[in-house]
Amino acid sequence: MRARNVLYLMLREVGIGLALVLMIVVFSVLAPRFASMANLTNILAQISINTVIAVGMTFVILLGGIDLSVGSVLALATIVGGLVISREDLSPGTGILLSIVASTLVGCLCGLFNGLVCERWKIHSFIVTLGMLNIARGAALQISNSRTIFSFPDAFNEVGSATVVGVPVIFLMALAIVLAGRFVLARTIFGRMIYAIGNNEEAVRLSGHVPAYYKVAAFTVCGGMVGLAAIMYMMRLNIASPILGVGFELNAIAAVVIGGTSMSGGKGSMVGTFLGASIIGVLSNGLLLLGIGDFARQIITGFIIVIAVIIDKYRMRALATAALAPVSADHDAGAAARP
Amino acid sequence: MNAGGAVVPEAIIELQGVTKRFPGVLALDRVDLAVRRGEVHVLVGQNGAGKSTLVKLLCGNYLADEGSMVLDGAPFAPRGALAAIRAGIRIVYQEINLLPYLSVAENIYFQRLPTRGGLVDFRRLEADAEVLLREVGLDVAPGALVETLGVAQMQLVEIAKALSSRSKVLILDEPTAALTPKEIGRLFGILARLKDRGVTIVYISHRLQEVFEIGDRITVLRNGRKVDTVTAGEATIPQIVRLMVGREMGTEYPFRADVALGAECLRVDGLQPQGARHAVSFALHRGELLGIAGLVGSGRTEAVRALFGADPRAAGRIWRDGREVAIRRPRDAVRAGICLLTEDRKAQGLILDLPCYANITITDLHRVARAGLLQAGAEHAAAEALVQELSIKTPSVDQLVANLSGGNQQKVVIAKWLFRQAEVLIFDEPTRGIDVGARFEIYALLGRLAAAGKAILLVSSDLPELMGICHRILVFSNGRITGDLPRAEFSEERILACAFQDYLGSPSAADPGQAQAPART
Repeated sequence: MRARNVLYLMLREVGIGLALVLMIVVFSVLAPRFASMANLTNILAQISINTVIAVGMTFVILLGGIDLSVGSVLALATIVGGLVISREDLSPGTGILLSIVASTLVGCLCGLFNGLVCERWKIHSFIVTLGMLNIARGAALQISNSRTIFSFPDAFNEVGSATVVGVPVIFLMALAIVLAGRFVLARTIFGRMIYAIGNNEEAVRLSGHVPAYYKVAAFTVCGGMVGLAAIMYMMRLNIASPILGVGFELNAIAAVVIGGTSMSGGKGSMVGTFLGASIIGVLSNGLLLLGIGDFARQIITGFIIVIAVIIDKYRMRALATAALAPVSADHDAGAAARP
Repeated sequence: MNAGGAVVPEAIIELQGVTKRFPGVLALDRVDLAVRRGEVHVLVGQNGAGKSTLVKLLCGNYLADEGSMVLDGAPFAPRGALAAIRAGIRIVYQEINLLPYLSVAENIYFQRLPTRGGLVDFRRLEADAEVLLREVGLDVAPGALVETLGVAQMQLVEIAKALSSRSKVLILDEPTAALTPKEIGRLFGILARLKDRGVTIVYISHRLQEVFEIGDRITVLRNGRKVDTVTAGEATIPQIVRLMVGREMGTEYPFRADVALGAECLRVDGLQPQGARHAVSFALHRGELLGIAGLVGSGRTEAVRALFGADPRAAGRIWRDGREVAIRRPRDAVRAGICLLTEDRKAQGLILDLPCYANITITDLHRVARAGLLQAGAEHAAAEALVQELSIKTPSVDQLVANLSGGNQQKVVIAKWLFRQAEVLIFDEPTRGIDVGARFEIYALLGRLAAAGKAILLVSSDLPELMGICHRILVFSNGRITGDLPRAEFSEERILACAFQDYLGSPSAADPGQAQAPART
């Protein structure tokens, strides 16, 4: 039974993976430059930031929430991190370390605020994080005087373009974060509670837990991920700017949803999110190489997101009918909810 | 059931041999019923007697498995609510089903708004609504938002809505539950006028007093069967109660006479759920199976939910093993060793899309974790042990609970609280919707738990069940405890008398301070 569940799970993720592979094959054939080492390295670097944000977003969406503020919070975190790192009185090593801490802390605090307001006043996260979207953007502009910050230490800037056998270092960082996220969801009490609350919050409450604690924690984790993404983005761009990250929330949500996580919560996986982010990255890069214009690319990407959700609906319906099928408890409609 | 006299009024609804089955339950068993044109026909019976199933057949919510229905001389088997409405049957449910942010007139004619050139003809809408509002004696502007009305006024809007389509038959399901005595009096006046106009009324109520006031004839249902139809003027309340109770077949319940009661385990003093008018107090001992009887809506569920901290309470103190505990939310209760197995296990007890093991261990994840990391082996072993102990039928603990039968789902809920090692177990209707075999397994399990020194509170609408396995029964009536019966004094008549006590319209002798009983007019 367990073996079958695992198989089922793999098939689910393989389904998304298969779409990704298919896309890569098609682009490789149509656009000769697509499969070049340089381009692949480029794609990996491009998807890293979105992947890290989407990992945080997965926690929130698994609880049935949403975080629209990630793009703005990213900008604010780069500004705070950038101000710390560019201080003359700090040695480069200390500066880098402190800026990582500061940037992550800013993200966590914004997430904490989102979570606390949502839970204390029982307001939907859509509206609370919409507020934070404006608050963080405004704060970033205010603090920086709407100026771009640069002249970071060389060691810091070099990480952004460094590769290990063709794989960008920041991609390796993103991958490590995905694996850590997967581990948390699959193996820890916190992860179990996320799935349980996403499926049936009232049952969890009546089991003697306080769901609000976990929900606030999930928003805080999401903010922390945005803080880390901000550092990685600064490594890549070598600047900090209050106008960074506009629209990033949409790419992160799209990655999570394409990855098979249900917007109503309780179902989804970290690996799915990673594959979703990869699909978006490959699609955008491939279409560019095919010479398709910005506008058309946007149209196609939009359709892909809608189609992914439609496919997900069909899968859900198939699961539901399987779950309702008379007794014969021996089929595995199951495991849908498991990491 | 024709009286066989010379002038037999023609029946508008006739049921013959109507049977309705649900998995494991025979909800209606060959019911014959005749409702005469223009009468007020009352349906009474205990919880689960089949009243609502019968009404749902008439309203097109269910299809009968066997038997035939005739409406106004023509065969009648509505598929869906709309078909029943077209045939002339309208129902007013106990709960209000109005759209709060639309006007009274829009609500009344919601299904078929009058139009003119594709747009809603508001002038005609309000004029038509005005006529109906006058008919039901409701003095509000047709354009007023429903949101601004009181409950009684909403109830009247529901009735106006039901009358909007020239219904022949109006069904009212416990319409007075939320009304004050004065409002009930007005409602009865309106029903009398409707009756004069030739509308047939089918009326369902728990309040026997008002049943006699409004009804022409009374049909008693019990366990899905029709017991009798009597003329209201010739019947008495004790007679109706006797018909409702009937003679039960002697089923063997596994009562554990050998269990000796231990120390006091739980004491509740002056517990008053938020919004309740009365407080309750009682004590529970180790090894005791204490039943809570009462009609639906008598405050049993509200009391145990407030005790558990699931809903807020206005007042009340709670002691566990002699020590006072502060319970503000379920977590506090669980930490004090108290657990609640809710009435609605699918929505509140289980996480359907998670596997069995995750549902069982959720009450105490730290026991199968080390430093926040779940130990899969320990977790599975713990769950498997409980699955064995309770003989839960599932191919493996990895199975999603959604795929288990009702009885096995209930056992998973029990397993999760055994995993937590709760000392006080509160069961709210644990056998509802569960087939007979699994029921008796659950009874035996309750006995075993009590014998092992747990204290058990059992809320149930199934009197034979309560009388079969409990040491003592508390009877709730209208939010108060009106009876505390030791096993030697168990009888259905006695329990039902207590259960109806606060609904009978006379101030309770036991509590003269609480004068106003709701059924008085």
